[in-house]
Amino acid sequence: MASDTESTGILDQDYASTLESVDVVEADILKAAGEAGFGEDEQHGIGMAVRECMVNAVVHGNRYNKNKRVHVRVAKSAKDFTISIADQGEGFETERVPDPLDETNILRHSGRGLFLMAAFMDDVKVEKASPTGTAVTMVKSFPPQE
Amino acid sequence: MSAKLNTREVGDVTVVDVSGRITLGEGSSAMRDTLRDLIAAGKKKVLLNLSDVTYIDSSGIGELVSGFTSVANAGGTLKLLGLTKRVKDLLQITKLYTVFDVHEEEAHAVRSFA
Repeated sequence: MASDTESTGILDQDYASTLESVDVVEADILKAAGEAGFGEDEQHGIGMAVRECMVNAVVHGNRYNKNKRVHVRVAKSAKDFTISIADQGEGFETERVPDPLDETNILRHSGRGLFLMAAFMDDVKVEKASPTGTAVTMVKSFPPQE
Repeated sequence: MSAKLNTREVGDVTVVDVSGRITLGEGSSAMRDTLRDLIAAGKKKVLLNLSDVTYIDSSGIGELVSGFTSVANAGGTLKLLGLTKRVKDLLQITKLYTVFDVHEEEAHAVRSFA
């Protein structure tokens, strides 16, 4: 029997830095989340977090550069579902991202992506990727069994 | 399905019926273009009907906010109609729900511009 921490890979693939890739990855991970047993609302949240993360990787990280790829990995264990999305951009400091809930930022056009990822996932970690870029790891725990 | 927008007049209020997904790309640019055209045409009372919007991402939220401020800067008012539960939840967690004047019934929303 698999332990709680033993994980199984579901997806491990590179994608082009295009908006089409955002749609493809969102659809593929939504399907995987459904097959893993998440309910409709949880799937919606996971899909939302994936879309925001992919948009950040394609638009802000790789800046649509056709020579740069977005690497996506998905794995599940008995207790959670982990999505890792890494770009090959210049990277950014999360501390420098303005708080979108701050009064002075509430009417800003952009800057809500990272906040929404954290809102819909149970854990979000942003790290520098090697040799360059940003790697975001997002975890969604399975709801406790009845 | 990307977003589709249809504009109609109810009295002096311009109602924009939006359906589909408002996401980065075609959806958000269609929303931006429509609102820009309405402002250029001098429309001051704009009601965005989002009851058939199935999905909205942070870019879509950004377009709603930009539309709201652009219409206000032009001396008008932009209000929202018919939020689905998911769109309402999204506006609540981003603290934007109280920024917008949100209505559930079109007739009530139209009267509120008077």
